[in-house]
Amino acid sequence: MSRIDDVAAGLAPDLKKSPADYTEARFEESQTSHITYIGKNLESIGRSAASGGNARALVKGGWGFTSFNSFEGLEGRLSLAVEQARSVGNSRSELAPVPPSVDNVPSGVAQDPVEIPLAEKKKPMDEYNEIIWSVPQIQTSSIGYSDSRKKVVFLSSEGSFITQERADVTLRLTAVAAKDGEVQQVGLSLGSRGDFNAIRGLHSKAKEMAQNAVSLLTAPQAKGGEYTVVLDPILAGVFVHEAFGHLSESDFVYENERMREIMVLGKQFGGKDLNIVDSASDPPGLRGSFKYDDEGTPAAKTYLIREGKLVGRLHSRETAAKMKEKPTGNARAINYRFPPIVRMTNTYIEQGALSFNDIIADIKEGIYAKNWYGGTTSMEMFTFSAGEAYMIRNGKIAEALRPVTLTGNVFTTLQNIDAIGNDLDMNQGGGCGKGGQMPLPVSNGSPHIRIRHCLVGGK
Amino acid sequence: MEGILSEARKSAEAAEVFEITSEETEAQFEANRLKQLQTSQATSVALRIIKNGRVGYATSTGPGNPKELTAAALETAAFGTEAKYRLPGAQDYPKVRTFDAKVNSVPIKEMIALGEAMIAAVTSHTPGILCDADVSRGTIGVRLLNSRGGESAYRKSFFSLSLMGTLIEGTDMLFVGDSDSSCHPLSDTRKITDVAIRQLELAKNRAKAPTRSLPVVFTPEGVTSLMMPLMSAFNGKTVLEGASPLGDKLGKPVFDKKFSLRDDPTIAFRPGSRPCDDEGVPSQRTPLVSRGVVRNFLYDLQTAGLAGKKSTGNGSRGRGSLPLPAVTALVVTPGATTFDEMVADIKEGLVVEYLMGAEQGNILGGDFSGNVLLGYKIENGKIVGRVKDTMVSGNVYKLFKDIVAIGSETRWVGGFLQTPPIYCRNLSVSSKG
Repeated sequence: MSRIDDVAAGLAPDLKKSPADYTEARFEESQTSHITYIGKNLESIGRSAASGGNARALVKGGWGFTSFNSFEGLEGRLSLAVEQARSVGNSRSELAPVPPSVDNVPSGVAQDPVEIPLAEKKKPMDEYNEIIWSVPQIQTSSIGYSDSRKKVVFLSSEGSFITQERADVTLRLTAVAAKDGEVQQVGLSLGSRGDFNAIRGLHSKAKEMAQNAVSLLTAPQAKGGEYTVVLDPILAGVFVHEAFGHLSESDFVYENERMREIMVLGKQFGGKDLNIVDSASDPPGLRGSFKYDDEGTPAAKTYLIREGKLVGRLHSRETAAKMKEKPTGNARAINYRFPPIVRMTNTYIEQGALSFNDIIADIKEGIYAKNWYGGTTSMEMFTFSAGEAYMIRNGKIAEALRPVTLTGNVFTTLQNIDAIGNDLDMNQGGGCGKGGQMPLPVSNGSPHIRIRHCLVGGK
Repeated sequence: MEGILSEARKSAEAAEVFEITSEETEAQFEANRLKQLQTSQATSVALRIIKNGRVGYATSTGPGNPKELTAAALETAAFGTEAKYRLPGAQDYPKVRTFDAKVNSVPIKEMIALGEAMIAAVTSHTPGILCDADVSRGTIGVRLLNSRGGESAYRKSFFSLSLMGTLIEGTDMLFVGDSDSSCHPLSDTRKITDVAIRQLELAKNRAKAPTRSLPVVFTPEGVTSLMMPLMSAFNGKTVLEGASPLGDKLGKPVFDKKFSLRDDPTIAFRPGSRPCDDEGVPSQRTPLVSRGVVRNFLYDLQTAGLAGKKSTGNGSRGRGSLPLPAVTALVVTPGATTFDEMVADIKEGLVVEYLMGAEQGNILGGDFSGNVLLGYKIENGKIVGRVKDTMVSGNVYKLFKDIVAIGSETRWVGGFLQTPPIYCRNLSVSSKG
């Protein structure tokens, strides 16, 4: 047994006696290692360990939360959370009922990535870096590798006592090309639920990435304006996450009458072929997957859009109760220093029937955008940027362009998706930021999709 | 700390222990109401060693176990980078004031009252708006010890106020707000609510933006988007790798003569200030651009060692990693033109307050492109209304080569940048109108 098992077990009786309407505690232990290269040289290699915990209490609708990494005087921390909740609460506590669980969920990885000797983890990084540098006109490169192993014990005044372990691996490769004062870069992001093998064997991808960066040096910039745009599965995954996923997080909706009107279930958001899902339970083993969320609610598969209609949204126990809907198990916290908030898990557009060629065949002039730099949303408007872009001319992929940034209005853009491919692919390289909690492991996915009237920034 | 240092010295040539402790209290308001009170306590410690000329590194939360930390640091030192520096010995540090004991004694009740005051001011101006607000205060303690006798310790207090209002009509959303931070307690909520109310007033009417090149005035908030490429270009690391467009421009005029920029961690009572950096190098003011001419880049010890330069005291430790060069606080020297004079000068153009997604482009090359989340149309010298469905794109090096005017009214934004508005000649605008 590790330290936090003892600490949690010791606190359980106090939690059950808590005078608050609801009280929970979460304890966490984690180990991580990282390897970073900037240019040809190893920049940083290190190991770190962290442990800590928090207590959260609900009194008359008000929350108190306290986090710590000293385990001394825990009863005092608990009373502090209750005291804080008392000075906030002035209405009614509402939490959707969830049966208490007592469970122990192992990480499920055959080999703990943190335990792999640094020398062994470093070897593929050295090889990728060498390949990137073998391409002429590469000015510099960067590689960021990190892994982690984490154990979280959750207990509540309702009797839940859940131990969950998980492991994570992420890798970001970047190649930077430069010539005559021009600088261009292409990146590749990958991740896995703790399986180190997922980032082996990327040699040909690393080479292709470096070559793409060089070819961007001479690529023209897109002319700004409205285009028919085809997104590859990676970028379409970012699109569904930014353009719709965040809007379906109901912490932005539940206290907001006008937002509730916009997001009324049954409203038509897109065409008949459009289905959008967020699921931490199925398929399992993705970076956003888990068995229980950070409030002890079992994970679920939630349809957000079915046949173009809004049919569901993502909830914590509180937002579900306030909207009189079922909790979906989407309350997540990045670590013990934060309370859980409503977050996505694995979010994707379900696959359709069209091949890539069908999708581009009747486009006279459009843009094919691939890969991602990033994305963000204001709920109404979203932007996301492609790592690679090409003109589509007369149904064919034509010349390469500088990376493009796309933007649009969430409510009209989903309606403008008029073709959905048959090639669903999930991207594991993403991390999502919200409320200062970043990067939370999530995955996004989609088949190729076509969007009419998409605004592209350019000259 | 002393225990970790002496354990590490048994097996390494040099060692350094860095400890940071923090206590924070926060009142969070959601949808116009107090939602949560939050406190956090955290301590973390980092050990850096040099063994056989190579750097090893390990971190842990809490006070740290000397044997475990040393073992982890030794394992990493086997592959670590070759150390290109000597840890600084005992130093004289500049007096930089960053602690005000009054911060800790602000009662929770008063913090709640500040949040309520901000929300009351904005909701009474615009009924129907929903505000999230945050009032926080805390203290940070930093201590550093190394095997060459280097030692520093300082405390910092911080207090911050922030407000974001969301106004929804149909599917149209408007976001307004502002924030402020200091090492002193803050009590002037008007400074924040006046900004939000002014934004609400200016956004009342709607205007159409054309798709073509237009002059643009960036408000201080808008200028933050333009600073992202410059922060990477002035980073000594980027320069060393040959990826900075400014790398070979030291001493050369690259920007408009009106543009001057410096990094300054010595300003009293600013949350970004400190007497020394995270490796014990004294803080200094570093001019980056003086009247358009590139003056310096920012260095930590290792990068300076590799580049044959001196550390500028910009070694900063991110999440669990070794020190890297980073800006502390950027200051743009103000000019003489008021914001109103800039607007009055424009026949047709835009004011950009918030640009969404600008950090996603080819930052290294200076390109930026973003959705105008909050911005206004200027017609015949007057702001006529809010623009939407509009993107602006450009390159900060081309844009700053020929600046029309730098503003006279300077403000802190995002906690790291003090800047006036900047009036740019021509920016590519794409709009659905």
